Amino acid sequence: MSSRTVQPGLSFEYLMWIFTRISGLSLVLLSAIGVFSAFALGARTQVDLPTLMRWTFFPNPNHVINSEIPDVTLGWANAFWQVMQILIVFFGVTHGFNGLRVVIEDFIGQSIARPFIRGFIFLLWIFALVIAIYVVIFS
Amino acid sequence: MGLNRRVGFFAGLKYRGGGPMWAWILHRVTGIAMVLFVGTHVFASFFMQQTGSDLATNINIVYESWIFQIVVTFIVIFHGLNGMRIAILDIWPKFQVFQREALWLQWFIFIPIYGLTVFILIQRAIAGNY
Repeated sequence: MSSRTVQPGLSFEYLMWIFTRISGLSLVLLSAIGVFSAFALGARTQVDLPTLMRWTFFPNPNHVINSEIPDVTLGWANAFWQVMQILIVFFGVTHGFNGLRVVIEDFIGQSIARPFIRGFIFLLWIFALVIAIYVVIFS
Repeated sequence: MGLNRRVGFFAGLKYRGGGPMWAWILHRVTGIAMVLFVGTHVFASFFMQQTGSDLATNINIVYESWIFQIVVTFIVIFHGLNGMRIAILDIWPKFQVFQREALWLQWFIFIPIYGLTVFILIQRAIAGNY
């Protein structure tokens, strides 16, 4: 079987295909960093599963305040974890809403509704990103 | 353009693609479920924090209950592992020959992680720690 090289055009679908792979792997990596850091920063002794999940996926003082562990803000309220949260939120939200778009467009095929659904998902994406980054920065 | 198929949902389920087909279906279903559940949780947490809404608080109480967490952890762990398999096989297409073995490996990794999670969740629920 002979192989040939194909030069793919830089279409929107192609870029999102690549982005889905990169963001998926990044999310797994960021989650691993979150779990290890949660254990390193003191979840070792008093951990329960919801708390560990909060510390892993959204280590925000306002988020982990619902846990029953008293000194949750220790170690989390600094710029490094804010950047990590913004990364995890950006990758997660974009990956998720792009996946929703792909699945919906696979189902409806060629349709008049396609640009409207695209616009609606775009608005949801912007809204989710803005409120998440607002919560990360102003809490 | 795509193919012009006239295949309904239930007719499509009769396609005998085996394990990889079910992994594909589960990947889509769990993806949609994650956008729905985690998206609802994000919006509910935002409104719970900003306005103290009762509806948002109740949504979060359901979301954080251990029964619902058993479903959510299945969704997240399966989607993550399956996505890693897809990404790795796409980066090194030579391994596509072993895609059925990769699927088995994926389940062998999935079962202990998810089993441990469910064990801890049920143990804590019986002990009344929530």
